[in-house]
Amino acid sequence: MVEFNDKDIEKLETKAKDVRRWIIKMLAEAGSGHPGGSLSSTDIITALYFKIMNHKPDDPKWPDRDRFVLSKGHCCPALYAVLSLSGYFPTYELMRLRKIDSPLQGHTDMLSTPGVEISAGSLGQGLSVAGGMALAGKLNHKDYRVYVVFGDGESQEGQVWEAAMACPHYKLDNLCAFLDHNKLQIDGPVSEVMNIAPVTDKFKAFGWHTIEIDGHDMRQIIQAVNEAKNTFGQPTMVIAHTIKGKGVSFMEGKVGWHGVAPTKEKAEKALLELG
Amino acid sequence: MAELMVTRDAYGKTLVKLGQENQEIIVLDADCSSSTRTSVFREAFPDRFINFGVAEANMIGFAAGLATCGKIVFASTFAVFGSSRVFDQVRTSIAWPKLNVKIVVTHAGISVGEDGASHQAIEDIALMRSLANMTVIVPADGIETEKAIIACTKVPGPFYIRLGRAKFPIVFSNDYEFKIGQGIILRDGKDATIIAIGLMVFEALQAADELKKEGITVRVINMSTIKPIDKELIIQAAQDTRAIVTCEEHSIIGGLGSAVAEVLVENCPVPMKRIGVPDRFGFSATPDELLERFGMKSTHIVKAVKEIL
Repeated sequence: MVEFNDKDIEKLETKAKDVRRWIIKMLAEAGSGHPGGSLSSTDIITALYFKIMNHKPDDPKWPDRDRFVLSKGHCCPALYAVLSLSGYFPTYELMRLRKIDSPLQGHTDMLSTPGVEISAGSLGQGLSVAGGMALAGKLNHKDYRVYVVFGDGESQEGQVWEAAMACPHYKLDNLCAFLDHNKLQIDGPVSEVMNIAPVTDKFKAFGWHTIEIDGHDMRQIIQAVNEAKNTFGQPTMVIAHTIKGKGVSFMEGKVGWHGVAPTKEKAEKALLELG
Repeated sequence: MAELMVTRDAYGKTLVKLGQENQEIIVLDADCSSSTRTSVFREAFPDRFINFGVAEANMIGFAAGLATCGKIVFASTFAVFGSSRVFDQVRTSIAWPKLNVKIVVTHAGISVGEDGASHQAIEDIALMRSLANMTVIVPADGIETEKAIIACTKVPGPFYIRLGRAKFPIVFSNDYEFKIGQGIILRDGKDATIIAIGLMVFEALQAADELKKEGITVRVINMSTIKPIDKELIIQAAQDTRAIVTCEEHSIIGGLGSAVAEVLVENCPVPMKRIGVPDRFGFSATPDELLERFGMKSTHIVKAVKEIL
């Protein structure tokens, strides 16, 4: 179980703010990329790497490490910032996001970036990949756990539901998925583009242990993971209600910030807000 | 008549052999195990066989995840479902990250016969050989299948190995040394070269016998590795015989014929003919009727050779 006190939570919140600042800085420097979903998934990824997961930044391939799969590969700025602040690579590399010969590709590339567990970008595949990692853990009698973050727009992909069927079928209770439910996708509200509701009921019906949380509340994120660790015989799906663009007032809840980088001026404004 | 063997039988048996030697071998299937013969492995090692039901995309994703954890993954289904159906999953989750997944498909080409166009994979080689990091192999018989399956486990990385449904005549003897990336001359001759894969290797050999009766000697090459293709052997054949005919149970667009043409055009252009499925879908018929209709029998190969001499 992950134990925590008020001070831990405060530290995580400070860290998440730091991650958000780097997301803004690296996207502004890159001149392209995806701020909205990076900011909505920041708190979950921060909590995982700075409090929840067993991992060794100086030994990224440590066989017993917990695995993290970012299925929505376009939100890699959040993962890159977290990996860098964890010590996987120096923070100056963050400013090379999307540049030629950079280790930080526009979408996650496991062969380029230390700590990235799987390449992604074409949506809908990460839940299957994470399932494979969890299954390998079972077959190898390893105690590591597998975490995955995927999106609500992404949940429109059919493969997500193939994986949703398979993970409970194989009783992958070492798998904990987070649905970054920020309610927006490129073309508008998820409910209008292609409704996925009632998404919690759907995963429950597929055989998942489901938990709904505020995906920006560190306590709730850790408690959900603890509940997942106490759940046996089935995987856990954490429906994390989030706000796209969270932390930057003019980005919050705005569809337009899905895949547009802030200008230098906008970035400065955002960084002021983030302190 | 040559001895016949079902290549997928060789696949199933070889999997079991590999499974005994290596605990990391794991086999995945998508509800086709009795047809792909992975069922033989399932019976021997039920704990290392995973069925995904009719959900190939998910199977490929799981394969990727298992491979990142050190497993040597064999993922099998019919060729149509293991290539075009999951092309993006293979591209993003397997080929790009160079994961150790061996996609071994059966029921490729038109020799699947009566099931008709929907089940006749005639585009899969074109698709798979366009993927960076992917090795593509089409064994000619059961013996080569066994050797290719063993060989692919010794080379980390993605493979696409294409097997048929029908019984293939045995072309090789047990002492045949298979090497990934190397074609092999089965018959030598000076007037032309036939480069063939899979079931068509036997047709090519028959054509060579027929031509010999008329005083025309042809070199016959089995080019089981389509990618990386054996450029030197192709160039040498072009220089030695000055004419090339390719034979494949695949569309003439994008497969062996295209791969050979690419090498020739850049290195040693010579007259060439491609025998294969013309630019059209197949239909229900016996394998033999389809080969006849599409001009892929040994008699057609004979005719093609004579035309380019």
